[in-house]
Amino acid sequence: MEVAAGNEAELRYAREKMDNASTVGPPVHGHVQEHEHHEELGFWRKYIFSVDHKVIGIQYSLTGLFFLLFGFTLMMLMRYQLAFPGSPIPLVGNLFGQDKAPGGIMLPEFYNQLGAMHGTIMVFMGVVPLAVGGFGNFVMPLQIGAPDMAFPKINMMSYWVYFLGGLVMLASFFLPGGAAQSGWTSYPPLSVITATNGQTMWLIGMIFLITSSLLGSLNFIVTIVQLRARGLSYMRLPFFVWAQFVTSFLLLLAFPPLEAAGVLQLMDKVAGTSFFMPSGLVVSGKIVPGSGGGNPILWQHLFWFLAHPEVYVLILPAMGIVSEVIANNTRKPLWGYRAMVYSVVFLGFMSFIVWAHHMFMTGMGTTMSAFFQTTTMIISIPSVVILTALLLSLWGASIRFTTPMLFALAFLPMFGIGGLTGLPLGLAPPDIHLHDTYYVIGHFHYVVAPGTIFALFAGIYYWFPKATGRRMNEALGWIHFWGSFVCINAVFMPMFIQGLGGMNRRMYDGGAQYAHNAPLLKWNVMIGFAAWGLGLFQIPFIINFFASIKWGKVVDRNPWESTTLEWSAPSPPGHGNFLTEPVVYRGPYEYSVPGAAKDFTPQFEPERA
Amino acid sequence: MEIPYTVEERPDTGLANGKLGIWLFLASEVMLFGALFSTYIILRVGAAEWPHGELNVWLGMANTFILIGSSVTMVMAWASLKMNQWAKHRMYLILTFALAALFLVNKYFEYADHLRRGEGPWHSTFLAIYFTLTGLHGIHIVGGMIVMGYFIGPGAKLWKKNQEQFANRIEYTGLYWHFVDLVWIFLFPVLYLL
Repeated sequence: MEVAAGNEAELRYAREKMDNASTVGPPVHGHVQEHEHHEELGFWRKYIFSVDHKVIGIQYSLTGLFFLLFGFTLMMLMRYQLAFPGSPIPLVGNLFGQDKAPGGIMLPEFYNQLGAMHGTIMVFMGVVPLAVGGFGNFVMPLQIGAPDMAFPKINMMSYWVYFLGGLVMLASFFLPGGAAQSGWTSYPPLSVITATNGQTMWLIGMIFLITSSLLGSLNFIVTIVQLRARGLSYMRLPFFVWAQFVTSFLLLLAFPPLEAAGVLQLMDKVAGTSFFMPSGLVVSGKIVPGSGGGNPILWQHLFWFLAHPEVYVLILPAMGIVSEVIANNTRKPLWGYRAMVYSVVFLGFMSFIVWAHHMFMTGMGTTMSAFFQTTTMIISIPSVVILTALLLSLWGASIRFTTPMLFALAFLPMFGIGGLTGLPLGLAPPDIHLHDTYYVIGHFHYVVAPGTIFALFAGIYYWFPKATGRRMNEALGWIHFWGSFVCINAVFMPMFIQGLGGMNRRMYDGGAQYAHNAPLLKWNVMIGFAAWGLGLFQIPFIINFFASIKWGKVVDRNPWESTTLEWSAPSPPGHGNFLTEPVVYRGPYEYSVPGAAKDFTPQFEPERA
Repeated sequence: MEIPYTVEERPDTGLANGKLGIWLFLASEVMLFGALFSTYIILRVGAAEWPHGELNVWLGMANTFILIGSSVTMVMAWASLKMNQWAKHRMYLILTFALAALFLVNKYFEYADHLRRGEGPWHSTFLAIYFTLTGLHGIHIVGGMIVMGYFIGPGAKLWKKNQEQFANRIEYTGLYWHFVDLVWIFLFPVLYLL
């Protein structure tokens, strides 16, 4: 009798817990019954103008990957000019025509176009669409147990507006005079007085991209707040979802000021206003016409008010992906999950008040400098907390060295180098020496390239089985990882040496005209070969990616033996995602629970009475 | 497949998806106009002199009352739905649309007057910010009119199928419309009076 009573009490407790959980979650009716008799959609509705978050996520990912490759190709061309200034580009040099590269030798204007567009494409059309539009769209609704995004049509629109923005940017290369050539930061007055129309196209393209990210980010926030599965409270969210949540707020609130700035610069370009044009500006011996009275520094404030949070838009989803991969492959809970969540929220908040550390050279005064130096030092604390928590998660684990784990592990020291080399730049005195040198290039590329992009590769290898039902090849993945890891460090490490030596970052000839650069020029040749080598090592990835869709090893729902909700759906999930309505019973990373039968206890596994 | 909480509220958040969505959208709009108003302040503080009396205060004041009136009719359009008075709803929504159009006509006369004198946005920093701010605000008015036009025309069918959802949509349109109105309430003193 006593035993039975005990069981009954336990059962009642479990039921109560379930009832509590059921107050937060979608109603029981819904997609489950619908799933039985959904109509077959035609090709266009299913794959092109789809409202399914998974298809849109894959569209974003493929487009983002294309732009990453395209932006990287621009850089490989620039690297030839830097390694061997003034010599014709082999193989492809003659394809660019007389106005860009006569006789295969790159013109300075073309070099500037490549530089400006490399930055723009990598940030706004490559990394962010892949990290947020791609992974966020595909993984986030699955991880919170939602049937789709909250606004599927807005989701589709967000992709197609991004696509249009990308087309406008690409088309600008074919204008007379070519694409924008004033750097990805587009500082006026230079960007306004440049006579070609590339900058106008750049601004129009940016307005498309900003609109797209606005639509995407509000959709993400509503989805995370409204469509979490029954029992999935905020502190049970996988860290990846938290990262996307904070990222979406950054996109929602930081991008509009750049949209405003873009509109103002567009007015300067096409309506002859002088928002950013000072009075009495003289270019090539002539006074620039216009009413004057504008303020070039204003652009920098508006631009960096977006572009600093943008840095965290680039890094937070990467941290999210790395957290998922590390928890899964260490077979341990993340160390300090709560501290990580609080840190990521604090990081998002602080990222709005550090922007002017990009502007120490504008003479904005010591009080302003002191404020922004302080906030910059403060914002490094939550980043260090997250990185430390990830590092400590490795302690005492029996690590599975799968391909996604290799990339995730490499992220830690790479982001560490990128972050630590940023500290001198956040303080005005060393920044005055280092500003606009290759040191800066090395610093932010360590954060974004071997940092974020490696994390994105980890994510691709990790969620590929969910998207396709097949695994990618481990041997090719291994070649891809080690080749990329060695080459990418050979690209960026020498840049610190060049930058500390005072080499300017925007030199068409690599700085050969200055005597102090003489001992630094040899590195340009090495960086060039490392960059082209890096290009070669992407070939195994491209082959692996496409071949695995057709011939990869077939897997079931949960090939990595993971704990989060996306692994309870079929691989690949159908429209509506889950076969039965998902219910969450526990936190996201219950690996190696003492006394459990297996080393992972999924969120969706009911508790045994 | 059906997305949960498109019409009914989620119990723990007390919100339907669309309500949260429109508020987030408005938050982003606040940042957009916030950046533009900041631009105005910075340019004005840095200017050697700032023109006064360039604009017709009476036309601006008329437009202020037109927009405030349209906000009232917008609320009435929503409230009549809640009281199940379809004919009244139609009347108020069409009235709102007409007031928005009247605002634009008024604005057209103001613009035309400046341009006739050759004083476009290129003429001075003041006119540059005037045309940019009121132009963007005007685009928002047009956007609102497109949405209202949709609910007067093809979107009205939804009322027969799902009354609550239709009323929600009018409510969200109203929230947006009040925001556009509010922006003008800031624009009028900043540009016409100060």
